[in-house]
Amino acid sequence: MDQALIIEKGIFIVAVFAITMLMAMYSTLAERKIAAWLQDRIGPNRAGKGGILQPLADGLKLFAKEEFFPNTPNKFLFVVGPAISMSMALMTSAVIPWGDRLEIFGRTVILQATDIDVALLYVFGVLSVSVYGIMIGGWASNNKFSLMSAMRASSQMISYEVAMGLSIIALLMMTGTLSLREIAAQQHGMDWNVFYQPVGFLIFLVCSFAETNRTPFDLAECEAELIGGYHTEYSSMKMGFYLFAEYASMFISSTILVVLYFGGYNYPGMDWVEANWGVNPANIIGIAVLFAKLCFFIFFYMWVRWTVPRFRYDQLMRLGWKTLIPLAIANIIITGVVILLADNA
Amino acid sequence: MSIETISLSGRKKEVSNKKMNFWESLYLVAIVKGLFITIRHLFTRKVTIKYPEQTRELSPVYRGQHMLMRDEEGRERCTACGLCALSCPAEAITMTAEERKPEEKHLYREEKYASVYEINMLRCIFCGLCEEACPKQAIYLTKSQVMVKSSGKREDFIFGKDKLVMPLDMAIKNTQTKAAN
Ligand code: SF4
Ligand code: SF4
Repeated sequence: MDQALIIEKGIFIVAVFAITMLMAMYSTLAERKIAAWLQDRIGPNRAGKGGILQPLADGLKLFAKEEFFPNTPNKFLFVVGPAISMSMALMTSAVIPWGDRLEIFGRTVILQATDIDVALLYVFGVLSVSVYGIMIGGWASNNKFSLMSAMRASSQMISYEVAMGLSIIALLMMTGTLSLREIAAQQHGMDWNVFYQPVGFLIFLVCSFAETNRTPFDLAECEAELIGGYHTEYSSMKMGFYLFAEYASMFISSTILVVLYFGGYNYPGMDWVEANWGVNPANIIGIAVLFAKLCFFIFFYMWVRWTVPRFRYDQLMRLGWKTLIPLAIANIIITGVVILLADNA
Repeated sequence: MSIETISLSGRKKEVSNKKMNFWESLYLVAIVKGLFITIRHLFTRKVTIKYPEQTRELSPVYRGQHMLMRDEEGRERCTACGLCALSCPAEAITMTAEERKPEEKHLYREEKYASVYEINMLRCIFCGLCEEACPKQAIYLTKSQVMVKSSGKREDFIFGKDKLVMPLDMAIKNTQTKAAN
């Protein structure tokens, strides 16, 4: 491996981390603003112009808070919980293709930290580890509410991972690859997967709500029943990490959603742009398009959060096991039949 | 009309506990409907009043900070009869009466006056009963929108005569405008 590649990847990874952090930071502001707007309010507008410095003020406030440890024998695990949540939320970004390629100083820079051929499996693996963040945090809090919340969160995540995996299988049968880069490349122009897999997309969307613990599936932290859920005992920046991880994983899961179903960095007319304006402008527009799409999904997450009330626990389980999973299996069968017919025709 | 179907508000709805069919149990239609309702609110006018810059429009019967009035000659009207204190439901008013000296005739209208007159703003509920009770029309609740300032000391909320009595130049101006009309 030559040095230039290491430097290139290093810069790229730092940039991706920075952008993820920035997006997560400003998602907190966006969430409060959108919540306010949907409720006919204005939202935070005092820190900076129109509230633009609010995330910094929030961060500063969290830093200034007292660092509290509950009376627990598992002090180490208590610290590990938020760390796992945060690092897992960030790790997924490694395999996401942010764009096709850029040509800088005569080098072709691939806009992806690493292009492994099992990228999708990697994403699922990391996602399933991220439940440990909540599980460990809730366990180490030595508090019945936190433990209850951790149990809810893990059973919810496990249930919805099944449906999520099944919805992806139908997509894989179509694309024939697990590499996110290839999946993105296959959806060239307007050839987006959502047009072929609308049901799969819907199931995936619902499951990603559940996986990121967003309303209507935020049973893990439902204030009315469990105080604060798994982060009841947390304070200061450890609490901040949990909250931040939620927004970071929302950002990442929106990105995966866009890459899998909404064409990633593809946009109609990209060939024309590349032919007439060159590779770099075409790909910079591509990155912008990717961000526009994923911002829409982040907005959608928030929009749903401030519309739909939280599900009851039995409703959640019924929706997961009795509705989504049968639907996903039916989707697989229909996809299989259609592919078979298309191949024979 | 039977008692079950009467709806006084006109908004009574029968609760239905029928079992949901498969499509309803996906909650999709209901959620999409809800999303359309909330997105409409994204574009409606916001009801927030940005307080220090904007102030709320007050009702015509708004009652603000009290004022102890002076008459046309600039003399204090209050005669320390104590009726306002008696009528005050919050027991916010206290006063000390004093006899007027002959050389103070230009200061106080009646032969007895309040040397100390205090309203505890932490107790006052701005009901205006003191104003109603006063036989000398000495105390009024103004339309002033200046709120009582926050403070860490209780003493700061006890408003004495220095804060309550109408400023002299205001009394002079009032007399002048009255004379002009
Ligand atoms: S306004 Fe009401 S509460 Fe306040 S001093 Fe007058 S009578 Fe008492
Ligand atoms: S303000 Fe009016 S009611 Fe109160 S003591 Fe003075 S004269 Fe009497």
